[in-house]
Order: sequence, then C-alpha cells, then structure tokens
Amino acid sequence: MLVLNHMKLSLGSFSLTADFSINAGARVAVMGPSGAGKSSLLLAIAGFIAPTSGRILWGEQDLTPLDPSQRPVSILFQDQNLFPHLTLLQNVVLGLTAGRRGTAAQLAQAEAALAQVGLAGFGGRKPAQVSGGQMGRAALARVLLQARPILLLDEPFSALDSYLRQQMLDLVVQVAAQTGATVLIVTHDARDAEMFASHVINVDHGVAQPPRST
Amino acid sequence: MASRTGKIGAITAACGVGLLIIGSLGFLLPHADMSRVATADFAALRFTLLQAALSAAASCLLAIPLARALFRTQFWGRAALIRLISAPFILPSLAAVMGLLAVFGRGGVLNDTLAAVGAPQMSIFGLGGVVLAHVFLNLPLATRMLLNGWGSVPTERFRLAQSLSFGRREMFVHLEWPMLRAPLPSIFAVIFLVCLTSFSVALILGGGPRATTVELGIYQSLRFEFDLSRAANLALMQTAICLLAVAFMAAVWRPAGFGAGLDRRVQLRGVWWDGPVIALAALFFALPLVAIAARGLAGLMDLPNGFWMAAGRSIFVAVTSAFLAVWAALMLAMARARGAGIWAELAAMLPLGTSSLALGVGAFLALRPVMPPQNAALTLAILFNAALALPFVYRLLLPACREVQAGYARLMTTLRMPYWAMLRVVFVPRLAPIIGFGLGLSAAMAVGDFGVIALFGAADQPTLPILAARLMGAYQMQAAASVTLWLILIAFALFWLFDHLGGRDAGA
Repeated sequence: MLVLNHMKLSLGSFSLTADFSINAGARVAVMGPSGAGKSSLLLAIAGFIAPTSGRILWGEQDLTPLDPSQRPVSILFQDQNLFPHLTLLQNVVLGLTAGRRGTAAQLAQAEAALAQVGLAGFGGRKPAQVSGGQMGRAALARVLLQARPILLLDEPFSALDSYLRQQMLDLVVQVAAQTGATVLIVTHDARDAEMFASHVINVDHGVAQPPRST
Repeated sequence: MASRTGKIGAITAACGVGLLIIGSLGFLLPHADMSRVATADFAALRFTLLQAALSAAASCLLAIPLARALFRTQFWGRAALIRLISAPFILPSLAAVMGLLAVFGRGGVLNDTLAAVGAPQMSIFGLGGVVLAHVFLNLPLATRMLLNGWGSVPTERFRLAQSLSFGRREMFVHLEWPMLRAPLPSIFAVIFLVCLTSFSVALILGGGPRATTVELGIYQSLRFEFDLSRAANLALMQTAICLLAVAFMAAVWRPAGFGAGLDRRVQLRGVWWDGPVIALAALFFALPLVAIAARGLAGLMDLPNGFWMAAGRSIFVAVTSAFLAVWAALMLAMARARGAGIWAELAAMLPLGTSSLALGVGAFLALRPVMPPQNAALTLAILFNAALALPFVYRLLLPACREVQAGYARLMTTLRMPYWAMLRVVFVPRLAPIIGFGLGLSAAMAVGDFGVIALFGAADQPTLPILAARLMGAYQMQAAASVTLWLILIAFALFWLFDHLGGRDAGA
C-alpha cells in the first residue's frame, strides 16, 4: 500500500497537500487542470521533489528520507525517457544493469522485453530512427525489466494520438499485471482514465483528493 | 554514494591544479621588487592590452558570418574544410608566423603582387602583424565554438522555426541571437586572454620598444639579461592582467539555455554570400600553410641530427598533457554540472590567471636551489601545458555536461546508475565529439609549445619547436622549414586522430 501521510509540497506560491492511501496493484489515473500539481505529485513520490511536511510510505517502509534511486519506483517522464546515443536494446538493458555492460542473458531478456512490446527486430535502432509510439514502447520494455513495485507515468504518451495512446495503455496494463506494479498515470483524457484506471485522483485547488473508484 | 566517487576525482584534479599554479607563483614573490618597474614595463603592458583587444574583437566579428555560412551550407568537402579552417588554431604558432611571413612578409606573395602593380609595400612587423597573426590563430577557435553553438540548438527548434515560416529576421531574433549572445562575450574574453599570453608571435613579429609584450619581456629578462627580479616583476604583472581579464570573463559569461534534442540532422537554406565568405576564409587559412609546405617539402626527408628524438619528445609531451588536461576538465565539468560548488569552476579557471612564462619563471626560481631547472623542463612542459589547456577544455565541456545533466539527470537516477556508469554510458558517449576535440586541441597546443622549454633552454633535450628555432637561429632556413613542416604534420595528425575518434561515436 502506498500511503501519503499529511504530505505537503510547496514550491514558491504553489502548494499541494495529499493525505490518502492507494492499494497495492491499483491502477490510478491522476486528473485535473494544467498546473494543478499532477506532475509534482508524481515527482514527490519518485523523490525528485522533497515534501515540506508529512511522509510517503510504501507498506511499512518510509520513503521520505530516501534518494530517488533508492525508492521502489520506476518513472516515465513527458520526454527524455531514452538516451539518443544508445540503441533501443542498449536503452532497455539499462533496466537490468544500472549501467554495467549487459551479460548475454540480460541482453536476451532485453530482446524478449522488446518483443513483448511489439518491437522485435528494432533493438539495433536509435531513438531518432523510430516513431514516438515506438519510443514509448521501448521505455515500457525497460520498465518491464526494472520490475519495480510502483510505476509512475507522467504523461509519457500525451504526444500520441488517441488510437496509439490506447495501445500504449493496454501495454501498461499488461506490464503492470506482469510486474504486479501499482500504477499512477497522469492523463487529461477522461476516456483514457475510464478505460484504464481502477481509481481516479483529482488534483485541484492545491489538494490531491483521495482516490475514488471508477 | 555516486556523488562521493565523483567528488574524489574532481577534488584530486582541483588540488593538483592549485598546487601547480599557486606553488609556482608563490616563488615569484620573494624576488619581485616593485620599485624597479620602469617605463619600458608600462609600454609593454599597454601594447599587450591593445593588441589583445584588437585581435579578440576582429576574431569575433569575422567568426559570425563564417560560422553561419559553414553551418547552413552543405557541399562536398565541407567536413574537410571545417578541419582546414580549424587548422590555424592548432597550428604551432611558430609555424603560423613562418607561414604568414611567407605570404605577408617582405618578399612574400602579397608584397610581390603589390610591387608588381606599383602599390606601396605593407609591413607585417609591429601592431598590425601581431593582430593579423592573432586573428589567423584565433578566428578558427571562435568559428569552431560558434559552430558548436549552432549545432547545439536542437534540430526540433529549427524545424519548428521552419514550420512557423520564420523569415531570416525572426530566425535571427528567436534562434541565432539567443544562441550567439551566450558564447560571444566569452569567446571574446578567451581570445583576449590567449593573446595576452601569446609568446612566439610577439617574439618574431613584435619586439623593440614599441611592440614588446609582457610575455616577451619576461623571456628577455630571464634569458638574456638574467635579471631575476625584473622577470619576477613582469611575471606578476602578467598574472595581474590575466586575473583582471578572467574577472571580466566571469562577469560576461552566460551559459546557453537550450534543452536536449534528438540528434537529427537539420537542413537550412543558405544565402548567396555564404559561398564567397567560405572561399575567402579558405584562402586566408590555406595560403600560409601552402607557403610553408612549398619551402619545407624539398628537405622533408633530409633531417638534421636528433630530429627523431625531438619528435618523440614532442609527441610524448603532447599526448600525456592532453589526457591529463581532458581528464581533469571532465572531472571538474561533470562535478560542476552535477551541483558541485564554485570551487570546481575556480580550479578549472585558475590556469587562465597566469601564463606559461610567468609560471616558468616561478618554477625556475623554485627549482634553482634544488637542481638545474633545465632537467625538469619536459616534466614541467607536460604539467604546464595540461594546466593551460584545462580552462579551454573545461569551457568546451561544461555547457554540454550541463545539457546532459538537465536532460538526463532524472533518468540516470531512476535507473540507479552509479557514478562510473554515468561517466561511461552517458557522459562520455554524449560528450565524445567534444572530448575528442578537446584532446586534439590540447595535444596540438602542447606539441608546438615554445614557452617553458625555450625559457629553460634545455639544450640536450630539444623538442621540435626548439629544434626549428635553433636551426633558424643558425640560418639553416631550409632545414628549419622542413622541421616546421614536420611539426605541423604531427600537430595535425594528433588533432585529426583525436577529433576523428570522438566524432565517430557521436552518430545517433
């Protein structure tokens, strides 16, 4: 269970409070107007923004004092999810190796992950040589290998059309089911939220409301 | 954990530089005697500042049209031409001066042409010649730095501009001017500094009471007058003006603020004057090189005694100091980009606050009681050349390091990369072209170094520039030209090798 315990974020005049919990394995859509703090909520859970008060817990474990790299979290940003100078395969295998040279077994795993997201045979290409949807798939393949309990998606697919986005969300469901991850995804599209999510969190007027089921 | 590993490298680099620079300069103080500063010393100061300001301004102004023309024009041989235009900066300045003399000097190509049409002769000696040589040597640096700036604008930004039907004016206002505004003042400051400390140019084209630089004064007072207190005075004066110039640079420095792009190639439409600009520049840069080649080619295989040993020494000094400089620059730039304090920047910039001859005098005074200073000439040449290249390589690397950090810090964190993995997987590959360029630049600068070794006069261990100068001094002009030609070939080979190695990994 992911618990936000009287958590408060402040950045200049902007502030956001959250006080609720999310069940393990839930698929949560985070919705609300632009600038309300949806991304900030995710960045706080990932550890890139420190809360001014309150705590963030994963089960019994207090995440608040942990560095982003120590948290059980994988995150996809709005962009810059892949290194442009590495091939898709090299990018994906980073999910297993933390930068070490991949072993043959790890590379095989990465190939399999690419195949699973529909990118079999694309491992040798660089990000600039594939489409935006394919970049998203490659990033998801890496998330699959990272297999961390919490998956945060900060609108990584917002640039795609609704058909492609739908496909990506289906893929996220698959990935989440396979890794058992709790997923939080920022979205603007109520239909996406309805189809994908078990719960919705509304963020508005400085408050992230507790999740309600869809 | 990751940040601690990174800090150790940066702190080691910072301490090494600090010890070398501050240690050497510290030995000047007991010998300096400010009551002996004379009119000639102030004349040297005035001339030094004037020629540096003129050289820097001219280089910056000429670099803008040239870099722009090169960026937006695609033609066969463009890559080769960019290397040719980069050539003079890596050209050993001794060789550059020889080439310029052959074109612009008495009996040179230009004056022969002027004489043929009955026009008055022009002289390459004095202020005009010094500025001409400095523009020749530094315009390529300015051009290359601006070209890197154009290249660092994300392709998407140009595509966006094209799709918004930007005219030439809008393109300039929204893309080019923001890009130029950041590096231009720093390029001016860098060239100003280079010209403050340039030695061979002043040695050959300057001289006399009206055209002596401080650096030249240091050399003369130590080598010919053996006036240690005047040498120390001038070395401190040189350090003072360098420090002021560095302060000016720090004040005008502004980093570029573009996001990371996707490395796609961009195609821009050119303008009619791009062609003539490029042709004129190519001519200006090629003629002196051709002139040296014409003189030196005949005796290229007829080499003086000790040539190969001298060549070996030069290459050893160049490669060692290049790796030292780039390693230190990378450690410090990465640390700075990843949030290290201003100390990392100060350490990297410290060598700018002085010159190779000022350091040389300090080291000379430090070593004299302990050992014959000329025995340490090669070691000091390696260390000083690495130190003097460090600020330039650091400046080249820092914006790119910042960009990598801005673009990928979160991704690297969420992938739990330890420090060395960031270095190997992200920073080195992303920075490879600049690292290669930096290695090539520092190696080429060091191979032609004429400062410390000339000052110490290590007679039994000459490097190539020393050998060339000695042959010139003995009026063996043919042999001097051949050795100079070899020096040029080696400098270019080193630069090309490193720049090429870096560039090849950069493809996306």
